[in-house]
Amino acid sequence: MKRQLILLSLTLGMYTARAQETISPAAPQNKPVYLTNATIHVGNGQVIENGTIAFSNGKITAVGSNIAAAGGDATVLDMKGQHVYPGIIAPESNLGLVEFESVRATIDAREVGEINPSVRSIIAYNADSKVINTLRSNGILLAQVTPEGGIISGASSVVQLDAWNWEDAAYKTDNALHFFMPPLAPLGGGRGAVPNDRLKAALEQIETVRTFFREAKAYQQEGKHTATNLKFESMRKLFNREQKLFIHCDLVKEMLVAIDFAKEFQLDVVIVGGADSWLIADILKQNNIPVVLAQPHALPVMQDDDVDQPYKTAAQLQKAGVLFCLSNEGFWQQRNLGFEAGTASAYGLTKEEALSAVTLNAAKILGIDKTTGSLETGKDANIAVSTGDILDMKSSVITRAFIQGREINLDNKQKQLYEKYEKKYGLK
Amino acid sequence: MKRAFEKPGTALLLRCITYAMKRHRGKLLLLTLLATGQAASAQETYPLNGIADPREGCFAFTHATIVKDPQTTLNNATLVIRDGKIVSAGTSAAIPKDAVIVDCKGKYIYPSFVDIFSNYGLSEPKRGASAWNAPPQFLSNTKGAYGWNQAIRSEVNAVDLFSADDGKAAPLREAGFGTVLTQQPDGIARGTAALVTLATAKENKVIIREKAAAAYSFDKGTSTQNYPNSLMGCIALLRQTFLDAQWYKTQPAKEGVNLSLEAWNASQQLPQLFEVTDKWDALRADKIGDEFGVQYIIRASGNEYQRISEMAATKATFALPLNFPGAIDMEDPADARYVSLAEMKHWEMAPTEPAAFEKAGIPFCLTAADLKDVKQFLANVRKAISYGLSEQKALEALTKTPATLIKAYDKVGSLEPGKLANFLITSGPVFSEKTILYQNWVQGNRYTIKADGWNDIRGIYTVNLTPGGSYSVEVRGTAAAPLLSVLQKDTLPGRIDVNGKLVSLSLALAKNSKSNVRLSGIIGDNSWNGTGADTSGNLVKWTAVFVKAVPEKADSVKKETPLAIGPLYYPFNGYGWEKLPSQQDLLIKNTTVWTGEKEGKLENTDVLIRNGKIAQVGKSLAAGNARVIDGTGKHLSAGIIDEHSHIALSRGVNESSQSVTSEVRIADVLNPDDVNIYRQLSGGVTASHLLHGSANAIGGQSQLIKLRWGQNAEDLKVTNWDPFIKFALGENVKQSNWGDRNTVRFPQTRMGVEQIYTDAFTRALDYEKQGPGKRRDLELDALVEILHQKRFITCHSYVQSEINMLMHVADSFHFKVNTFTHILEGYKVADKMKAHGAGAGTFADWWAYKMEVQDAIPYNAAIMQGAGVLTAINSDDAEMARRLNQEAAKSIKYGGMTEEEAIKLVTINPAKLLHVDNRMGSIKVGKDADVVLWSDNPLSIYAKAEKTIVDGIVEFDRDNDLQLRKRIAMERNRLTQLLLAEKKKGTPTRKASLTPEEIYHCEDLQGGHQQAIGY
Repeated sequence: MKRQLILLSLTLGMYTARAQETISPAAPQNKPVYLTNATIHVGNGQVIENGTIAFSNGKITAVGSNIAAAGGDATVLDMKGQHVYPGIIAPESNLGLVEFESVRATIDAREVGEINPSVRSIIAYNADSKVINTLRSNGILLAQVTPEGGIISGASSVVQLDAWNWEDAAYKTDNALHFFMPPLAPLGGGRGAVPNDRLKAALEQIETVRTFFREAKAYQQEGKHTATNLKFESMRKLFNREQKLFIHCDLVKEMLVAIDFAKEFQLDVVIVGGADSWLIADILKQNNIPVVLAQPHALPVMQDDDVDQPYKTAAQLQKAGVLFCLSNEGFWQQRNLGFEAGTASAYGLTKEEALSAVTLNAAKILGIDKTTGSLETGKDANIAVSTGDILDMKSSVITRAFIQGREINLDNKQKQLYEKYEKKYGLK
Repeated sequence: MKRAFEKPGTALLLRCITYAMKRHRGKLLLLTLLATGQAASAQETYPLNGIADPREGCFAFTHATIVKDPQTTLNNATLVIRDGKIVSAGTSAAIPKDAVIVDCKGKYIYPSFVDIFSNYGLSEPKRGASAWNAPPQFLSNTKGAYGWNQAIRSEVNAVDLFSADDGKAAPLREAGFGTVLTQQPDGIARGTAALVTLATAKENKVIIREKAAAAYSFDKGTSTQNYPNSLMGCIALLRQTFLDAQWYKTQPAKEGVNLSLEAWNASQQLPQLFEVTDKWDALRADKIGDEFGVQYIIRASGNEYQRISEMAATKATFALPLNFPGAIDMEDPADARYVSLAEMKHWEMAPTEPAAFEKAGIPFCLTAADLKDVKQFLANVRKAISYGLSEQKALEALTKTPATLIKAYDKVGSLEPGKLANFLITSGPVFSEKTILYQNWVQGNRYTIKADGWNDIRGIYTVNLTPGGSYSVEVRGTAAAPLLSVLQKDTLPGRIDVNGKLVSLSLALAKNSKSNVRLSGIIGDNSWNGTGADTSGNLVKWTAVFVKAVPEKADSVKKETPLAIGPLYYPFNGYGWEKLPSQQDLLIKNTTVWTGEKEGKLENTDVLIRNGKIAQVGKSLAAGNARVIDGTGKHLSAGIIDEHSHIALSRGVNESSQSVTSEVRIADVLNPDDVNIYRQLSGGVTASHLLHGSANAIGGQSQLIKLRWGQNAEDLKVTNWDPFIKFALGENVKQSNWGDRNTVRFPQTRMGVEQIYTDAFTRALDYEKQGPGKRRDLELDALVEILHQKRFITCHSYVQSEINMLMHVADSFHFKVNTFTHILEGYKVADKMKAHGAGAGTFADWWAYKMEVQDAIPYNAAIMQGAGVLTAINSDDAEMARRLNQEAAKSIKYGGMTEEEAIKLVTINPAKLLHVDNRMGSIKVGKDADVVLWSDNPLSIYAKAEKTIVDGIVEFDRDNDLQLRKRIAMERNRLTQLLLAEKKKGTPTRKASLTPEEIYHCEDLQGGHQQAIGY
């Protein structure tokens, strides 16, 4: 504990020297870096004690316990006692699209209209959001930024969290199209409520989407059109399977509709939310449908559900062999994503499985696992270093982080305010 | 007047008669109509058109079984009525010479039923069409010299609005009712109710008592005024109105004329009726009554059986509705998932409600209110009987009890001389399945409900054909639908068709005969006779003579149950107890004890719990009689205390209609059924401070509860604690995020917020100085308590300017702000807070959800604590409250707090903030045994609460929880099968639908957040 505190204050000392409102992105990696004597959590389940990870020009060059010593101009950092992790990936957020939830002028997440496949979140991603720095300092280094309006809300992109602007931030552009399924639950409630009207309306909306998909697909069979339809044009990547379809839904019937979409249109469908996915884990497995599971830190869906159901759903999916990752709602909340995984571990996942659920599995589902998600040779050096277990708030203190090999500044506005007032009260 | 014979009424009468004659039932119907007409024409002040037709309406009903009242049944008795009243009822009653004699041999006569909860003859209250974006309405829209609140309608008298309506009266009469107490169901105070009969006479004649009762509810009805917009506001409004009405008696010049209060006072001596929609509301209503010396008659909701001992304790009489929930369609398993076990159990158990009241000895009557189809009423009474209600009690609950309740037993409710001639003539015991309700007489007017079968012709007859010989014939079936067979060697088929006194028969006289003898004739008193055709078509004459009755089995209500009805749960929830747990002596052995005291963390230590208190902390303690719990490898901490919670509340967390609502009390609206109590126990929470929301500068009074799962609202409360109240600052108070229509309420700026406080406390000071005879003001009473340090403030707050402002206001009025809650910029003014003596209850790391939290930092708790401010971490969220230990642990990460200091953020520190640290919040001998046994270091994300103990009772036990899950699955399956069988039988079902839970945060205005799945 003492050791951790010393390290922490050293790190903070470093920031004090350059404390400022604007924290700049780091310059590209220009010499090799070796992190030595570390406990390396690869992200694929493997743990290397006393290991070394080397990266150069932004790519991991070696990982293991018997890595040749660094030579020449390499920077060697002794990570004795520390844990090295793949950067955590937030697979579902409106980061950079919202600065203050209640202030309309700061919200760019919801476009008008029900079907907007041509809308792209990356355009509005604010690389200068003050929230981003508070995520990096907890080891969250990549995020999928999702548009949220209407039913087909548009295309998300994956961003890395150390960028001057959205072009720089783009890690995988337009990786998924998003379909927010209207709820297929009969709503009861007060006296005389008519539960089925809403259900009927929802089914009609789903049919509207289905028709839209059919027309878009047909449109693409013909090369020439007198009138260009941008919405249909924007669906090309989806039907070519360069883009996935993320269907946001929670209930069994909704998920079955999602699976049906995957079959009819031969798409790579991912379920986002999946509160009740534990009820159909085997069906999801059979159909190879991955799940971006909503946060375990949630209340059970139904009064009679097991009180720890949301905590253990991840373990149930793991057991059934479903590919899943863990998510958290919102933007500022993403900094707690590691702890969501910690809870999933307390309720059935091993710690390394829980880590995969916020790193490698997320990369696979977002379609970025070729370059990130685990600490394997050839992948981008997206790395977080913690003094203790990154999944437990009690011990998770991020001391260093690298995105594409660049050592990023872990300062943020909140740390600066902390410093300011520590000084005021003479607490340092 | 020349064309008087063409009056629509007359024409209608003629048409009816013609029509009726065609149906061969002319005589009966004509009689009914004439009887009705007679009663209507008997009003002396009305001018006469035509020839006077005065009649005394004297009838004698002879040879009947007369059930005078539930205790008295007379056989072979006579009922005599005259002028719409009972003259006599008895076995030796003299029959007046001018009486029309009605032979009721074999029939039963009962008093007609009385329903004290009806809106018969009153039009549906019209909901004002207020636009969704209408600005707030602060005062009543009612024109005239009435009170300030539109939901207090004590000036309304049902008698003024009453208009007899035969379309509505007929089905009620068919269900057996003769008299109803009718009220306009609109508002919190609904004015007076009128006692009326269901006769089709002019209103002047059917009104028995103009103001027979006063009626109340917790529903503001058509009021378009904002206040009250929560249940606690309704309760506060009622309490304040009691006080205002009392004060109004002194004729205060300041008030002028207030017709609402005048009417309120005038109606206080009447029976007081209170309609509720939930069992807890029944207790809430009774409690208000207790405070002001009123015993309400409670119109129940139908789920009171779930808390029958609490109902008994009210000493109230109840009007029980029989609107049992319909079966649920469970066919679709995905939809069936949305139906909670509680809902299924309620379907199964609701019909036990009347029986439960009877068994508990609680007086009650029955009401047809709420029934969509009043025709269902008698069937539902029978259902209640088959679920254990005695027939005698059922009759009492429909006659004597309701009549007595509204002080009208001198007029209705039994068959005593002098009472109204309101009675039923039936074919047998009134609640028996096969009994026919023939006639319902109301005020001496006959209403025929079923004519068929009045003459019970069943029996063995000898039919003599001339020519043709004699045959023995048996008539059986029901009185209304007789069946006939010919008794030869074999029993041969036949047919009988009775229309009044006309009868036609068809007899097979030989086996396999191709044609029958067909007869028609008249049913005489002694024999039947007529003409017919034999099998060859030859004319025959015939007579039939009664030989003997057909022996029949006794007919009574089937006792279908006791089927295996599932057990009650406390609370009525899948995770409820079948039997409430009792205190147990416990010894937790060999564990790591986080004392939260100066002793710090003790390894390998035992903790002995006796009589709900911590008795001993030490090594190798003797167990004695205590149950031993092995704590090896585990950790024991004090129970978590959530300083800011909104669980377990009913219908609203905010009374958001006014800027100052210190009169409302969270204590009035506790909901012990909330599953979040159990869920939070599973996260180690043992006590929660339930706060009013943050919609206004001065919110409501708060309540500290312990999470005693299964206990009622009173027993959840922590008693003898310093009471608190919620204040709020910033965006919510100035309605920044409420949309464009909410720009009217003062204040809209932080400047105005300060003025609200200054004004409120100035008013409180002036109020206090007023001499005797002042109007007692519940709002100001609470503020005066604050000024005297008898009530303490927990204030929702964010930015430094407003925090400082409130401390200045408090200083200028010489009181302290006890706690700033949320207080996300507390780190900026920690020194000032310390100087003032204010504590803090904050979030670990929330920010960016609105503008005023832009400078919130996760180091807040550590800085404040470091600067000497007493600091707690709280939830304001039903989900987060389940892992407050983790939220506390974030201060280790953010700000380097030690583990032992961090755990205090959710245990002893909130206990101190709430002034209960002398009995809660740490593991110390003598304190309440509110402790949690954790699987791991309680600050670790991997820690699970294995046992959560409150007052020495193991309220949550992870092993027991596994058993409960099995029980839930089994019980769900049992009920699902029953419901499926019900559907298969053809019982109408309603769709399975999702009923969202009420989950509140402090910003929620009315509905509350609805749980999960996209709503």
